[in-house]
Amino acid sequence: MDLACTEEEEAFRAGLRHWLSTALPALPPRPPPGDWPARRAHDRAWQRALYDAGYAGVHWDASPTRRLIFLEETEEAGAPYVGANFVGLLHAGPTIAAEGTPEQRARWLPPILRGDEIWCQGFSEPDAGSDLASLRTRAVRDGDAYVVTGAKVWTSHAEIADWCELLVRTDPEAPRHRGISWLAMPMDAPGVTVRPLRTLAGSTEFAEVFLDEVRVPAANRVGEENDGWRVTMVTLSFERGTAFAGEVVACRRTLAALARTARENGRWDDTVLRRRLGRLNAEFRALWRLVQFNVAEAEATGGVPGAGGSVFKLRYSEARRELYDTAAAVLGPDALDLSRGWTIDRLSSLSYTIAAGTSQIQRNIVAERILGLPKER
Amino acid sequence: MRFRPTEDQRALRRGVRELLEARCGRDALRARGARIDRALWRELGRAGFFSLRLPEAEGGAGLGLPEAALVFEEAGRVLLPGPLVATHLAAGSVPGAADGTAVVTRVDGGLVPWLEEADVVLGDASGAVPVRSVDPLTPLHRVASGPPGGPEPQAVPPSAVLLTAAEQLGSAGRTLATAVRYAKEREQFGRPIGAFQAVKHLCAGMLVRTELARAAVYAAAVTADPVEIAGAKLLADEAAVQGAGDCLQVHGGMGFTWEAEVHLHLKRAWVRAELGQPAARSEEVLAAAL
Repeated sequence: MDLACTEEEEAFRAGLRHWLSTALPALPPRPPPGDWPARRAHDRAWQRALYDAGYAGVHWDASPTRRLIFLEETEEAGAPYVGANFVGLLHAGPTIAAEGTPEQRARWLPPILRGDEIWCQGFSEPDAGSDLASLRTRAVRDGDAYVVTGAKVWTSHAEIADWCELLVRTDPEAPRHRGISWLAMPMDAPGVTVRPLRTLAGSTEFAEVFLDEVRVPAANRVGEENDGWRVTMVTLSFERGTAFAGEVVACRRTLAALARTARENGRWDDTVLRRRLGRLNAEFRALWRLVQFNVAEAEATGGVPGAGGSVFKLRYSEARRELYDTAAAVLGPDALDLSRGWTIDRLSSLSYTIAAGTSQIQRNIVAERILGLPKER
Repeated sequence: MRFRPTEDQRALRRGVRELLEARCGRDALRARGARIDRALWRELGRAGFFSLRLPEAEGGAGLGLPEAALVFEEAGRVLLPGPLVATHLAAGSVPGAADGTAVVTRVDGGLVPWLEEADVVLGDASGAVPVRSVDPLTPLHRVASGPPGGPEPQAVPPSAVLLTAAEQLGSAGRTLATAVRYAKEREQFGRPIGAFQAVKHLCAGMLVRTELARAAVYAAAVTADPVEIAGAKLLADEAAVQGAGDCLQVHGGMGFTWEAEVHLHLKRAWVRAELGQPAARSEEVLAAAL
């Protein structure tokens, strides 16, 4: 049991660190959150730079340890995270890699790696949130295409995406989980309407997507017809595994900045607040160790991060909210000023216990899959 | 990244678990009460419990803090009584500690556990007065100490804090397992209570706290960094104390009885939370490091 990396891993770290030191100064500044075309261009350019340097596939084919080193070093260096490439790199791409035909892999994977094409996710529906398997968007076979009608919601990056990984119901008579198929839908197809949703933080991070008799070629189906649930679940744990690891590094930096601010504005002398900061220090250090522990486990067992990712996600999402509530305590009245970055971050932190599976659903997963408690029904 | 117990370390843990489970059954524990079983203490000594980290030339096993943490986790799991941490740390400096022929305790903050049973007391225990200990399996004395949160006059070394945290981790793992077993067996409304989300989510919370504490304790055992150790203690205290409380809740009325094991875990977790570096002290150490 140790925390050291191998010589090869340290060489990978050194090479990456060197590359970042030259690549980051050349990167244009991050565009404002509301400027979607600029964000698309920025995230694509960064992915292209990673591709040219040989790092584009790190989320797919590197060992779990190298992936963690990549996340740690890019975050430490202040590099962008996956941004608009999130779905392509962390879900749709791995799904196509695992379940697609050679033709499908050749068509879709290289553009994802190069940053040429942006993907979004059409899973949740107005009446199918935590209970995703109850989704009702219909796909009816018509010749060599499916005709798709329905509505999707919480679709991040829908406004700038080229493709949507779409879950549709292809057999309404079959048991819920067995009548679903996975389709790659071009976002410029006739009948696709995107309506941005405004979040409580004031920004438009996600959208509703309305589908009105959209024709999707049957060749765009990944996996067998009605096997889409299994196809999707193969890689869903990616999101909960190490996808947030870099953010833990960022949270530790925020915490250090909070301590600096508290020392400057005198609130450090408040024993209750100071100890709260101390507790958060324990929390985020331990969360980083938990990521390392899960990575070591994944490496030893050769699998993708399993339910251990749910354990991490549960604690991390709560810790993140506590971090920004504590930031508000450090700021005092300034915490009500939206021009303070921590105020926006505090608002955004409220999504963490909901997105990618609510904490309540994660607790069900943990209780049933790790502890073996009986299913509720 | 090899941040998980090696094959040798897992074998060590299995061996210790078998030894302890055979000696620390429920009835044996209760029959001994607040007395130290000298025969068991010597057996622990022979098994290397105290000398584990001494060099082989001095009769030890030449192992490190990670192995010691795994062993103390097992001790915490079965509520093994006695001043285990103090005696372990005294191996090599106090005659008889390494082989289990001596029982060594130390003044820890304002408390001295096992004062009357110990052969050697480290620190100044003059004026110690007996306490009616909340834990029936841990006798306690009180000595004068400074104001809470102030500098601790008789602070314990970081490795003692870490091993106390490891015991807390073992206790948290045990109360989690006990709660889950009961939730699968106990039926109400015609089904196991573990099928209900209200109970399920209590258990899930216990697991999350335990696994976070495990990562913290194991990492602190590897780095031996005092700040990381303070974090491990803080999280292991939380996992043990809240875990025992939730385990009690899952057991319903049975959990409130003397007969059930869970109160012994809760009371011991309270004692350990005060020993080795209480939460307020750990939080200050962690804050100062920011």
